[in-house]
Amino acid sequence: MTVRERLRQNISAAFYRHGLLCASYPVPIILFTSVSILTCCYPLLKLPLPGTGPVEFTTGAKDYSVPSHEPQGDLGERPDWYQGPPVAYIQQVLVKAAVSPWDSSLVPVDVFRSPLGRVFSLLEEIRNHVYTDRSLETLCLQVTELLPGLRRMQSILPEHGCLLVSPGNYWQNRRDLFDSDPDILKTVHQHEPKGIHTSATLKDLLFGVPGKNTGVSLYSRKRVVTYTITIALSSYDARFVASLRARLKQLHPSVNCTLREDHMVHVHFKEEIGIAELIPLVTTYIILFAYIYFSTRKIDMVKSKWGLALAAVVTVLSSLLMSVGLCTLFGLTPTLNGGSIFPYLVVVIGLENVLVLTKSVVSTPVDLEVKLRIAQGLSSESWSIMKNMATELVIILIGYFTLVPAIQEFCLFAVVGLVSDFFLQMFFFTTVLSIDIRRMELADLNRRLPAEAGMPPPPKPGPLRPREAPPPPRPSPHTITLQAPAFRNLRLPKRLRVVYFLARTRLAQRIIMVGTVIWIGILVYTDPAGLRTYLAAQVSEQSPLGEAGLPPHLGVAPVFPGGDPTSTLSVLPAPEPTPLPENQSQGHGASRPGGAPLTSPQISWGSEDEEVWRRLSFRYWPSLFSYYNITLAKRYISILPVIPVTLHLNPQEAIEMRHPQDTQHAPRSSAKTTDLQTDLTLYKVAALGLFAGVVLVLLLFCLYRVLCPRNYGQNGVQHGRRRRGDLPCDEYGYSPPVSEISPLLLRGHSMDIECLASDGMLLASCCLAGQIRVWDAQTGDCLTVIPNNGYIRTHTCTLKCCPLSLPGPPLRRRVTPSRPTLFGDQPDLTPLIDTNFGELPPSHTTVGFGFDFGGLVEKAYKEHEASPTMHFTAPTPPVTPAPPQRRRSLGDPPVAPPERINVSPGEWDSSVWSLELRGNLIAAGRSSGKLELWDAVEGTLRCCNEDGSSGITALAFLNNRIVAARLNGSLDFFTVDINKPLGLLQYRGPPGRASLPSSPCYSSEDVISCQLTRSVQCAHQKPITVLRAAAGRVVTGSQDHTVRVYRLEDSCCLFTLQGHSGGITAIYIDQTMVLASGGQDGAICLWDVLTGSRVSHVYGHRGDVTSLVCTNSCVISSGLDDLICIWDRSTGIKLYSIQQEVGCGSSLGVISDSLLVTGGHGCVSFWDLNYGDLLQTVYLGQNSEGQHVRQLLVLDNAAIVCDFGSELSLVYVPSVLEKLD
Amino acid sequence: MAEATRLSSNGTAQRGPYISVITNRTTNLLIRGTMLFGVGVFLALVLNLLQVQRNVTLFPPDVISSIFSSAWWVPPCCGTASALIGLLYPCIDRRLGEPHKLKREWSSVMRCVAVFVGINHASAKVDFANNVQLSLTLAALSVGLWWTFDRSRSGFGLGVAIALLATLATQLLVYNGVFQYTSPDFLYIRSWLPCIFFAGVITMGNIGRQLALYECKVVQEKIHQD
Repeated sequence: MTVRERLRQNISAAFYRHGLLCASYPVPIILFTSVSILTCCYPLLKLPLPGTGPVEFTTGAKDYSVPSHEPQGDLGERPDWYQGPPVAYIQQVLVKAAVSPWDSSLVPVDVFRSPLGRVFSLLEEIRNHVYTDRSLETLCLQVTELLPGLRRMQSILPEHGCLLVSPGNYWQNRRDLFDSDPDILKTVHQHEPKGIHTSATLKDLLFGVPGKNTGVSLYSRKRVVTYTITIALSSYDARFVASLRARLKQLHPSVNCTLREDHMVHVHFKEEIGIAELIPLVTTYIILFAYIYFSTRKIDMVKSKWGLALAAVVTVLSSLLMSVGLCTLFGLTPTLNGGSIFPYLVVVIGLENVLVLTKSVVSTPVDLEVKLRIAQGLSSESWSIMKNMATELVIILIGYFTLVPAIQEFCLFAVVGLVSDFFLQMFFFTTVLSIDIRRMELADLNRRLPAEAGMPPPPKPGPLRPREAPPPPRPSPHTITLQAPAFRNLRLPKRLRVVYFLARTRLAQRIIMVGTVIWIGILVYTDPAGLRTYLAAQVSEQSPLGEAGLPPHLGVAPVFPGGDPTSTLSVLPAPEPTPLPENQSQGHGASRPGGAPLTSPQISWGSEDEEVWRRLSFRYWPSLFSYYNITLAKRYISILPVIPVTLHLNPQEAIEMRHPQDTQHAPRSSAKTTDLQTDLTLYKVAALGLFAGVVLVLLLFCLYRVLCPRNYGQNGVQHGRRRRGDLPCDEYGYSPPVSEISPLLLRGHSMDIECLASDGMLLASCCLAGQIRVWDAQTGDCLTVIPNNGYIRTHTCTLKCCPLSLPGPPLRRRVTPSRPTLFGDQPDLTPLIDTNFGELPPSHTTVGFGFDFGGLVEKAYKEHEASPTMHFTAPTPPVTPAPPQRRRSLGDPPVAPPERINVSPGEWDSSVWSLELRGNLIAAGRSSGKLELWDAVEGTLRCCNEDGSSGITALAFLNNRIVAARLNGSLDFFTVDINKPLGLLQYRGPPGRASLPSSPCYSSEDVISCQLTRSVQCAHQKPITVLRAAAGRVVTGSQDHTVRVYRLEDSCCLFTLQGHSGGITAIYIDQTMVLASGGQDGAICLWDVLTGSRVSHVYGHRGDVTSLVCTNSCVISSGLDDLICIWDRSTGIKLYSIQQEVGCGSSLGVISDSLLVTGGHGCVSFWDLNYGDLLQTVYLGQNSEGQHVRQLLVLDNAAIVCDFGSELSLVYVPSVLEKLD
Repeated sequence: MAEATRLSSNGTAQRGPYISVITNRTTNLLIRGTMLFGVGVFLALVLNLLQVQRNVTLFPPDVISSIFSSAWWVPPCCGTASALIGLLYPCIDRRLGEPHKLKREWSSVMRCVAVFVGINHASAKVDFANNVQLSLTLAALSVGLWWTFDRSRSGFGLGVAIALLATLATQLLVYNGVFQYTSPDFLYIRSWLPCIFFAGVITMGNIGRQLALYECKVVQEKIHQD
């Protein structure tokens, strides 16, 4: 054994043990993992939240010195970016100006024209200010030229010289241009973008205060104009700044100003994400989502697909968080941009292991214990998992040695992420998987029980197909697209149509996908540093160009907002401007004696003026500097305390400065309207958003309501938990009158009922113990009990004292390798085989095999108890301890089965595999190949035919012929001869209104003989699974994928119908010669019996078709997927489907053309076939909660017989009878 | 996502009534070619943006122009090339008779695309000490990509051949002065170019094979049904 092998074995063993552990203690392990995840993520709390907003740091202005480049250890609170000189020192001069006292003779333009005009003199003052030998020119930040893309701003933003921004820039800082500007507002607003803009428009840039606060508006109530003059200094000279401050204060004193002047704010800007970076980022995220989507889509064969997908995503995400947390814990602060490396990390870590694990676990034999399944699944994938992980670690290690810091960091994260992912996979995901599988097992248990039983006449080997090879998920090419016309024809309820539309277009999935994309988009857009601000900045840059040719927006008719005093005034051409004396300034005493509504503007300074830039977008500074190709990313600026300047202008001055057009112009509404527009747009957007949200909620609600009816079929689940006394009610709370339908319980069988046959009047049932009981189908009385050939006592004894007898059939099935599990669901669950076990000499069982048979039986028994689903995997017989007796009997009939020699050839070792009832004759086919005819009334054996030795799997009794299909694929035709003429049976009661079958009735005096007329030896290559007879035709379906049609009279094979790609599991034929067949491939074929041609072919089920019924207009099929599909018979279009509860899929019957009966958990449900509506649910027994209805037989007199467990239930449906009339 | 949804929707459509159309060989080829072309153009635009970012200042003059910052002919060229490669790969597979077996799932393809974008990201964003290091790293990454998602000899051979051809073509273009690199380090071009080409070829081949898988499935089904 090489080292590799040994290593492999060790790893496998370790995984096995680990799997056992995980599956055994799921809750503690999940708790443990959650705790460890939380612990590892705890350090993340210390991390600053990611974001690109600026960071501030405040120092005193007095003792300021340029911070050195070397980090100094002692300054704890000092941020690490505060090193070296800033990009610029920003000195803002905040100007508040007002014309005061306000005069009624003034026009609205006067509010801002003269105050704005003062900016030029202030600028002059600032530019010419000299302290000792320094002027502004030497200190200020010299800018060279604008970005090439901003040529259109050349005239506005300063170029070549000091970066000094003020409203004066609109007029190139020239007074004469300002004076000759007829329309200031137009000049200001022509650069404004339309629509929503949040930050850093040109107006903000030049005014230095938010647009609303400038007061440059015709309708400003306060009539105070605020603007700043922003000076960017390249070096800080405290004395120069102080002298400038003193000078300005001296010139324009602000009386009540108490602004603090001792703080310097340093603002650090982080790296910005532009759209150019966002697009690739978004692309990677989209690819990531696609990857996750495609990965989780592969999870299959589990109970809750979404749950596992969620667990997988949680595993990956929390491993990422853990890796970041752990790295932070050990002092590795992530410097990389988390957003951009995150997708790659996910991709590197991957969801593959999780999927591989799931796949491997679900492909273990289902009959094992959950623990063992998990352990096996883990250990079988252990080697590949370890190999993959080792490979990835090696690759990452190589990456680490590239010595590129960024890659090294990535690799470090990836390594920790991989390890933590492995940890989580092993503990968290495995445990979740085990829980899921356990749930699956439970569901499975329920599901397989009825399928095991099957319908009595047609044996359905479908459920026994190995699980490992699920039927290939058939794309249903014909069903999806052609539905529209059918829907038009059919009166389907609207909600069903919606459901089908949704199902057809997979709308929900797509909506989720689109929703995710939109969500990402919204996130990106609302990110403060993200797209929106960027776009806004972009738009604001473009707008001047875009609007250059546009007419000014004052073409609108003037608006006079009522009650606004200024507007009423403004119409007047200011006839007599009342000059007020200059000394009457300072904003006092402007109130006229007449109590005019005019108020003088008050200039007040508050703390909000201290840092006026805060009210601007934080993109203000970066965008200002970016115009000059100076980036502030990862750098900082220092903002000096603001210099307040208060300007009071007297009305005379204002009037003097008027432009001639100011008064001629009608009062403009442009400013107001633009502001209003902006506001309005915002409101509109908000309203739209709200509306969209409401609509979305409503839509989701409607969707929920619409999707709800899909659970109709699961009424048992929904109502199954009903307490005693509660009335079952349907979806709408409608509780049907209980008195209408009352099920009759037929008790008497000691074991589960396996076969059921009826001819309308009588009802014959056979249980596992081989006991046949005959019931009156109308009254429910037990007429006859036919014990198992008189050996009933022995059998009950066997049954009671030898519990090992039960697992016989599974064992048998399990070990037949060549004919995999074909007839497992035959009603042959007889104890007899196992009594053989008991009676056989040990040599018989141990011959040549050398295994512990008893242990095996015990194991099989346990497995049987755990999941009697019998999906035994033909390809994986673990030990294959074939008990010879069954194999022979299955495999080659020519060889005399040894047990037949050993055990007395008496028939007591055979069980009833099939049962038919016509008249008063019961035909029973036994596993020994014997065909018996019993008198149903008297319980006597009338006739017996032992021509064949192979077990009779299916019987058809039509007229006086009996057709028996045998296990070896042969088909025997018998004729029942009556020596005495027919006499009517006395016990038939009044004939029902439904036409009775034209079956002969035999009186008890008749001597009945049963002759084998013809035996078709090789009717099929493989065992016959279904046999149906009607309208003079016998139809057989076989495992060899073909359907054969025989004529009943002369046993002549008319057609061999080929078209299925799997064994035939269900056949329907009725008097009208409609033939439908369903196969293991989930396909349903409709045939023309007269010509043997295929009429239509649809794929309906993900799994075997378990039963098929046709009505005049539609075909009803049920499959292993617990779905009942209703198809249009002529077009082959699926009309709708009903989701049944697990395990109840196969029991269905049609009472009339419009009434469908399905079985459920202890109940039967009636459906309207035309609409797919649930009409009524009838609960069968009082204590039948857990029992499934496994077989359902519709009698001719509109009664339904169904079996659950050892009881039969006879439901007589009077309301249905009315419908029938 | 655009291409992903398109692909998946196409996948479902193929099972629909258009089955005859899809199984029609030329139509199928055309559809696949179109899809591959779209993917190629999309990736070219995005990756170009990634490359351009480095040299771009804070504010690219225009959003649209930054997307189309390269010459107009680059995306169509990439699209055509990717369509050719994506069709060539399954074809070669069929010719050689060794169908691609490894991980033929969309999730794997998505992973491959993500890694490809990551390689481009690394080449554009990560600061390497020198170009040799960058080229070596990218080469290792590309080979890793091939090993993870392809592992077929034909894929490797084709990848290397096409990468070399493309590099040569780029070289010629640069010689003729059609465009230039900002910092050429290897005969007027960037030395990592072959690696990127190789990774791109592998990725497109992966996508093409996955698309071809649908055709195979449908054809098989049709045969089966007949």
